[in-house]
Amino acid sequence: MSFPWAKHYQPKQPLMRWLDEKLPLPRLVYNAVGAGYPVPRNLNYFWNFGVLAGAALGIQIITGIVLAMHYAANAGVAFGSIESIMRDVNAGWFLRYAHANGASMFLLVVYIHIGRGLYYGSYKAPREMVWLLGVVIFLLMMATAFMGYVLPWGQMSFWGAQVITGFFSAIPLVGDTIRVWLLGGFAPDNAALNRFFSLHYLLPFVIAGVIVLHIWALHIPGSNNPTGVEVKGEQDTVPFHPYYTAKDAVGLGVFMLVFALLLFFSPNLLGHPDNYIEANPLSTPAHIVPEWYFLPFYAILKSFTANFILDAKLWGVLAMFGSILLLFFLPWLDSSPVRSANFRPLYRKFLGVLLLDVLVLGYVGGAEPSPGVILLGQIASIYYFAHFLIILPIVARSERPRPLPNSITEAVLEKHAGLGPTKSAMAN
Amino acid sequence: MAAVDNMVPPGEDAAPFHEHPHDPRRRDFINIAAVSFAGVGAIAIVLPLINQMSPSADVLAQSTTELDLSKIQPGQAIKASFRKQPLFVRNLTPAEIASANKVSLSELRDPQTLAERTKPGKQNWLITLGVCTHLGCVPLGAGEGENRGPFGGYFCPCHGSAYDTAARIRQGPAPKNLTVPEYTFTSDTTVTVG
Repeated sequence: MSFPWAKHYQPKQPLMRWLDEKLPLPRLVYNAVGAGYPVPRNLNYFWNFGVLAGAALGIQIITGIVLAMHYAANAGVAFGSIESIMRDVNAGWFLRYAHANGASMFLLVVYIHIGRGLYYGSYKAPREMVWLLGVVIFLLMMATAFMGYVLPWGQMSFWGAQVITGFFSAIPLVGDTIRVWLLGGFAPDNAALNRFFSLHYLLPFVIAGVIVLHIWALHIPGSNNPTGVEVKGEQDTVPFHPYYTAKDAVGLGVFMLVFALLLFFSPNLLGHPDNYIEANPLSTPAHIVPEWYFLPFYAILKSFTANFILDAKLWGVLAMFGSILLLFFLPWLDSSPVRSANFRPLYRKFLGVLLLDVLVLGYVGGAEPSPGVILLGQIASIYYFAHFLIILPIVARSERPRPLPNSITEAVLEKHAGLGPTKSAMAN
Repeated sequence: MAAVDNMVPPGEDAAPFHEHPHDPRRRDFINIAAVSFAGVGAIAIVLPLINQMSPSADVLAQSTTELDLSKIQPGQAIKASFRKQPLFVRNLTPAEIASANKVSLSELRDPQTLAERTKPGKQNWLITLGVCTHLGCVPLGAGEGENRGPFGGYFCPCHGSAYDTAARIRQGPAPKNLTVPEYTFTSDTTVTVG
């Protein structure tokens, strides 16, 4: 499971030795995130985001459990109970704002984490399973975030639930039956709110379970690194602790700073004012938009405006789900043996265009639909799919990568050749 | 072949330990039968777990709505509630009926005549769900002074779907006409929807 030169857990204290024989939990921690896990020595700060995502999940679970002590999942009182959390519960405003903005922080760091994987080819063999489990976590996160947004039972909650469960009614023949089954009624109501609350409480623990698998699968080949070159020997690695626990702590501090800025200075920046109006099934808000992290997918959904064999609505739903399911096939769509985009000049450019494209989709998802915006969304949607299905396979076959370093150590020494310790030694 | 675990003790007859090599063996049969029984039991337990998600009796009990139409003047519309969804009831004017009947079916995205969307002899009563067939918003036009859109029927502010006087989709992203629920006239001025 690890490199042969990994340090072995050798407890010195009699108590720890006793524990190690009965329940080797400290040994597990030592080998997973301690000195027993050798990691490439050249990881940059993009490698912080896995730990940051784990921290964000922890924050969500802790604040969420506390909020559940004050929240009532009943359509008659849910909105009022949120208001009571904000006004009456001691530090309730803090917990709720932390949970709401914590969700945004979680999705933000996960998007960067996914982007890191795309740039440095972390999805490629031998780490395909790590990537696949990551996509599963992403899907679970989206479901959890959506159901959590419904719980305050404001206007956006209600109409978001209406629109998103409406996706299922696009399925031919059985769609309406499925939708009624999912909602437990003909429109979102008490039954839907209750089951969303139950699942919103359950899914984070499912996510935590899949994260364990994600890390387990990662620790078999070990972490990727910015060069994408495999570890060749002991000189290429350092122990996870203290080197990367320290580096992750720095990232965690920056994460907390950004989180605090959002939480204390602009807690409603990413929310919608309409959600402070109680759900009203007879009146639709003028402009229904999902949370920022769903906007690119919402843009793809909205891009289908004409029927073509199937209903435009069904196409939209298929494309939206397809845009995520596509990621499951990524390890096999990109056949280039070179992982890191640092050595793939053409792929690097197209990945930059894809990033822009997703930002454009995000803009389109939140904008009022005018003909120009719809056309922009359609072009951006086509490009999104083209990137993965056409551009990526062609680039992988035709591009000539730059020469790779022989080893991680060679790359590190080369990078620091100009500013080695000799200069400062000479200055002394 | 005598392995350690099926060796015949010395001095005893080996006969009762021999099994006839028929296929499937008795043990396989018991194994398959036991697992199948457990499997059927598991499915029987899953069914109520799935079915509990379906609308409960009290939700279904609200699935019919009685409406009194006597107060609705020609040209007026009301918003009622049917299965927790808005329901539009409109008393069409002769001019609106005429304009709906003037449209040729080939122009329509979801071709239906006004007669198909109303009850015989009651063509002035247009009863539809107030749920846009695009993404489920409530269209404008049923309330006094609301924007009725370029076709004089209903107009959805979310993504700009416009419906005509027969609540048929004419423009915008919605795929279908506003849904006409099942209903019956129980008297000249009352209907039961659902």
